[in-house]
Amino acid sequence: MKADVPPSGTPLVELKGITKRYGDLLANDGIDLSIEAGEIHALLGENGAGKSTLVKILYGVIEPSAGEIRWEGHPVTIGSPVEARALGLGMVFQHFSLFDELSVAENIAVALSHEWSLSTVRDKLAEISQTYGLALDADRAVWTLSAGERQRIEIVRCLLQNPRLLILDEPTSVLTPQEAEHLFTTLDRLSAEGCSILYISHKLEEVRRLCRRATILRAGRVVATIDPRASSAREIAALMVGTAVGEIRTDAPHHPQGETLRVSHLSMPPAGLHGQALRDINLVARAGEVVGIAGVAGNGQSELFAALSGERLADRAEAIAINGKPSGTMGIDARRRLGAAFVPEERLGHSAAPTHRLSENTLISHASAEVSRSGFILMNAAKRVARSIVQSFDVRTPEGDPQARKLSGGNLQKFVIGREIIRRPKLLIVDQPTWGVDAGAARLIRQALVDLAREGSAVVIVSQDLDELFEVADRMAVIHQGTLSSLRPIGEWTKEAVGLEMLGVAQGQGGVHAV
Amino acid sequence: MRFELTPRTNASTMMRVFASVAAFITAFLIAGFVIWLMGRSPIAAFDVYVLQPLSDPWSLQELLVKATPMALIAIGLAYCFRANLWNIGAEGQYVIGAVLGSWLALRTNGTDAGFWVLPLMLVLGIIGGALWGLIPAFLKTRFGVNEILTSLMLVYVAQLILDYLVRGPWRDPKGFNFPQSVTFDPAATLPPILESGRVHYGAVFAAIAVLVTAVVLGRTLFGYRLKLTGDAPRAARFAGFSSKATTLAVFAISGGLAGLAGISEVSGQIGQLQPSISPGYGFTAITVAFLGRLNPIGILVASLVVALTFIGGESAQILLKLPLDLTQAFQGILLMCVLAADAMVSYRIRFAARGGGK
Repeated sequence: MKADVPPSGTPLVELKGITKRYGDLLANDGIDLSIEAGEIHALLGENGAGKSTLVKILYGVIEPSAGEIRWEGHPVTIGSPVEARALGLGMVFQHFSLFDELSVAENIAVALSHEWSLSTVRDKLAEISQTYGLALDADRAVWTLSAGERQRIEIVRCLLQNPRLLILDEPTSVLTPQEAEHLFTTLDRLSAEGCSILYISHKLEEVRRLCRRATILRAGRVVATIDPRASSAREIAALMVGTAVGEIRTDAPHHPQGETLRVSHLSMPPAGLHGQALRDINLVARAGEVVGIAGVAGNGQSELFAALSGERLADRAEAIAINGKPSGTMGIDARRRLGAAFVPEERLGHSAAPTHRLSENTLISHASAEVSRSGFILMNAAKRVARSIVQSFDVRTPEGDPQARKLSGGNLQKFVIGREIIRRPKLLIVDQPTWGVDAGAARLIRQALVDLAREGSAVVIVSQDLDELFEVADRMAVIHQGTLSSLRPIGEWTKEAVGLEMLGVAQGQGGVHAV
Repeated sequence: MRFELTPRTNASTMMRVFASVAAFITAFLIAGFVIWLMGRSPIAAFDVYVLQPLSDPWSLQELLVKATPMALIAIGLAYCFRANLWNIGAEGQYVIGAVLGSWLALRTNGTDAGFWVLPLMLVLGIIGGALWGLIPAFLKTRFGVNEILTSLMLVYVAQLILDYLVRGPWRDPKGFNFPQSVTFDPAATLPPILESGRVHYGAVFAAIAVLVTAVVLGRTLFGYRLKLTGDAPRAARFAGFSSKATTLAVFAISGGLAGLAGISEVSGQIGQLQPSISPGYGFTAITVAFLGRLNPIGILVASLVVALTFIGGESAQILLKLPLDLTQAFQGILLMCVLAADAMVSYRIRFAARGGGK
């Protein structure tokens, strides 16, 4: 909070050439960023742009491959969150780390060093609550609190340590509009007292309300540092998703036949605190085409995938029809028997069991039945299937039949997608097919998906990678806060239009909603 | 100074076998040291604990008798533990199985009811144990109640039910007020395998359970379902395996096998109901299951080893005046050593000077 203001001209924090490499993937590529004392600085970008990698580096959670951090002009190494806090950084994560059964004061005390007794925490809590209008009852158990109140605990926990820089990761994602407005007032006050704030978000309205400077990341790089109030939502959206309009597809138009998937008026309540409700979703996928669903993460993609796959059941069978058969209330296995196949976003633990061998992992979508007979596993058949997936999809393995976790991300993704494609499904639904995958594997996967569609299957791809969707989709829709836009031929979309749909400002015809 | 565990990528089968042997030797060395601290000769103790029981035919039979219930229960627990479900209440399922089976034995006592009594008792034993096991499973699937707590608490409920019955309605009227039931009729008694031997047919049931389980866990989709549920629950749901059905199934199986162990012990070994029908088999079976690494053959071996510590412990109490608690302590030491050896095979241990900072 109150701080010795550094000599004017020296930013509080300066990141220079921060680079983080994961194998072939450059999560951060030479990022420069500086934050002045008392400034509220926005970090904007789509998911996967490298925002969280960057703040984790700043907060000492991960180590950069290259680059320098300067604190008030002096180079520093931040080796752990403890060191970050000692330096004067505080961070409020998107997902809270609180003990439900403990009281507010206890939750704050456990995170602090031993000098803090419960009664000092209580006194200080009252003081801070008063100063910043963060009303909190010290003795309430956390499980009785709303999401907004829980976030206040996290913020107070940071403020108790007098931070010079407060980092907030998507803070409004769990808040109601009223709670969010309350948060903004607090942040304004903190900033006026000289505390710098790094505000991570993909919501334009918020950023325009709070910040005078915003750094925009795209694919691990800084694409611009701008004044969000001086730029239009259109310009910002274009910067976030890339300015170049995708190349128009040149290959022969497909001739879609019957409806393989029909989703009609599908609505679902959110599954939990961080969940997103689905609202009146309508979607048709025909044999022979690739349907793309774009959107920024957390807008209902995983919920939609769970509803389509049958991991969560709809309350009406007619909400989802696969090959003309109402199947909204069928489990995933029954839907597989109707000719559907699914590949979820998360590889390790969802589409594959990390510690199981590839041959065992073929059993996970075992409705294909060739790997089991009357309840018994045909281990040799499973091994054969695994081998043929490895061969046809160019999966590079360290040994013959390795554990899934020993494969690189790209190779495991080729395996799980191959596992479904090899069954020649009539309908394939894929969530984030090339997430965290190297360029070579991504190319092979996209080609395989297009080939499957051209052979007469319907393919639905949920992706946050717009370039990917423009490359492979025949028709596309955008999901925003659980609502799906109309499904239009890819040629009718521009990246700009998609960007506006993603940010939920399309209805304003490019105009910006003032908050 | 702190430890860091990094997974080994190339843990071989040979290493695992060697680690098990090393774990046993280490456990014996630690136990020997404790015995030496107590002022007894570790050599003499080793003789009494291990060598004498193994060289005496009566003790060898006793070994099988004691290993039988533990093997049966631990085999059942392997189904639960593989699926990462924690049935801690096998002792209670054992007791209820024994009670329900004995109900028929007492109802037909003194009548000329024939050969069907015993098979029906065994079936009732299995049903009783399975139903008792299904209570925590139901509470978990329906209300999300932690199965560790409920299954454990139901042990005490089961024991109190047994206690009430043998002191009250089921007490032998001619038993001089001792809290025990009448002695079972021959038709309600599980016979010994050999004419004059002590090993009853429970041992055969245990052997069958081991074989069937080896096939089920290793070769069937149901076995893979449990493994997948335990190792990657989300992938199990993605595979279409309902976690509720899995929970109910494994609790029914493990409860049923514990119930079978209970009725076999009462009708084959004790011959009547009494307030205490188990020296804690249901709890020791948890140790046995993990000593055997949740593998049916491993569990068979582990149940024999743990039975040996029970028998050795009894003779050590008599011959060396060593407390019986030492047996439990040794079982604990053995389990710790085996788990530690397992961890060292799976992980490389590194000492880091300080948390990776400057």
